[in-house]
Amino acid sequence: MSRRNDYHTLPQGEQSLQDEEAISATGEGDEEMEDAVDQEEGYSSSTPTSTLTWISWFCSLPGHEYFCEVAEEFIEDDFNLTGLNVMVPFWKEAMEMVLDMEPDEDTSKIPDVSIVEASAELLYGLCHQRFILTRAGLQAMVDKYEAGVFGSCPRVYCNGCNVVPCGRSDLPGTDTVKLFCPNCNDIYTPPSSRFQGVDGAFFGTTFAHLFFQSYRELAPAPFWKPASPSSTSPRSSASSSSNQPAFVNPNPYGGQKRAAGKVYVPKIYGFRVSERAKCGPRMQWMRLRPENPDELDLVDWRGRWIDDNDHYEDDEEHIDEDRPMEDFDPVRCSG
Amino acid sequence: MQWISWFLSSKGNEYFCEVEEDYILDRFNLTGLNTEVQHYAQALDMITDNLDEEIQDDVRGNLDLQARLLYGLIHARWIVTARGLAKMLEKYKRADFGRCPRVLCQSQPLLPVGLTDVPYEKSVKLYCGRCEDIYSPKSSRHGSIDGAYFGTSFPHLLFLVYPNLIPPKTGPVELGLPGRGGEVDSSRRSRRIREEQEAQAEGVGEGMSTASVASKADRYRPRIFGFQVNEIAKLQRWQEAVRDRQISRLEELEENA
Repeated sequence: MSRRNDYHTLPQGEQSLQDEEAISATGEGDEEMEDAVDQEEGYSSSTPTSTLTWISWFCSLPGHEYFCEVAEEFIEDDFNLTGLNVMVPFWKEAMEMVLDMEPDEDTSKIPDVSIVEASAELLYGLCHQRFILTRAGLQAMVDKYEAGVFGSCPRVYCNGCNVVPCGRSDLPGTDTVKLFCPNCNDIYTPPSSRFQGVDGAFFGTTFAHLFFQSYRELAPAPFWKPASPSSTSPRSSASSSSNQPAFVNPNPYGGQKRAAGKVYVPKIYGFRVSERAKCGPRMQWMRLRPENPDELDLVDWRGRWIDDNDHYEDDEEHIDEDRPMEDFDPVRCSG
Repeated sequence: MQWISWFLSSKGNEYFCEVEEDYILDRFNLTGLNTEVQHYAQALDMITDNLDEEIQDDVRGNLDLQARLLYGLIHARWIVTARGLAKMLEKYKRADFGRCPRVLCQSQPLLPVGLTDVPYEKSVKLYCGRCEDIYSPKSSRHGSIDGAYFGTSFPHLLFLVYPNLIPPKTGPVELGLPGRGGEVDSSRRSRRIREEQEAQAEGVGEGMSTASVASKADRYRPRIFGFQVNEIAKLQRWQEAVRDRQISRLEELEENA
């Protein structure tokens, strides 16, 4: 098996397109490439040579910053690729390209090499979806996470919490990559348009959540108490803001990071907009956290308040009658 | 107004709208601003194009800064007037302030908002009428604009004055956006079609209640291999119970009204 070094001529069209948008985003990879090209071939090209594997070249392209490098051993193990061969056309050729293998003589009858390039990208993306769920893949992604490669949540009161890439589907061609924020548990469109060409399936629906299950110290806890004693509530004045104790979530399987729990309160001329107004706040619940973890247990698995002493008890009885169960149907509510 | 047109066309000032000359020239509208702005009289002359030419260069730099501050503070007052709201509404319909980054808000156009009305404290944020949350501007040139130039009240006053523009919590964005059916009227018609099943003739307009709109909001549900993540699911159930409690509270208020 020898390294092939002529693949760099294939994706030039794609490369030049992307170069226009984000020249700055191509990191050190570019310089490395150019040096090698000058020495070896004597003409200028923005594409790689044998110094770079296809995988590291692919991951260095603008817009591919979210990808980590999948270990070649992972791709070489057929077990890991079970079922993928039916999804990727020109499987064998794509495999050769991704792994930098010399193509067989008899397979050079493919009409257009760009087709193989697309297949290689699809193959790599689908391998990537699986690889980032492994221990090694999660580790590669946590390094990128902590370096801030994926960016931070655009929501103001998430206080710049770092986000991770996620897909809305595990099937390719459905939707582009999104970003999941573990603080507000919501998903956002990447700020730069260069990610609009990246398939969300290459990250998958599971990764983001397995990631925060695996690294619980990075996952914000589901409860939150204002840190500084607020001027209006005397009961919190006892807790000192000067030396905060180490944060502990009593649920050892839950998020172990102190959450950013502030919720936006709309005001007009300094007065809170009343919920009684037609334009009053209706969505604060979506960002709200209880002050204590115990409060989460006041709601049963169907989403109803358990506490009998709750003074909204009557209302609850009332709405139970005419509120259909569909509100609690996980399928209907699925994001 | 030359200075104002120049200011509005400068890169990074896309969020600002034009304050009408009459508004600026009415000194009543500027009450108190003379204590906030240095060289107030000259700054005012500058933005109204009445400045004498003989200004030293070293003074000019600071004066330019003060003129921007003055325009920003006037702007904050102007956009909460009837005519100012109407001007900002046009910009909102063109999505000049960008669109909500939250995926489930389906590119809902945003509105600028400040976190304080005091200048030099917090940069401008963007309010989404659909998820009712605030976001940081994508671009750093907008991220450095003073939030006090828009004020804390503006987006909420806009929806108070134009309740028919309160965005629906689900479904595609409907506004008088170019290429999406043009007029507000037609979008209202399409909304009407959608809500026929609910026996509601109007949009989120005159007679429409917003008590239970939150129950229609889409949410993202984190899943691992198709299974909900325990702690997040628990938090989301709690949040939805809070929501349902608010809905029943509002519906009860409506019944008693």
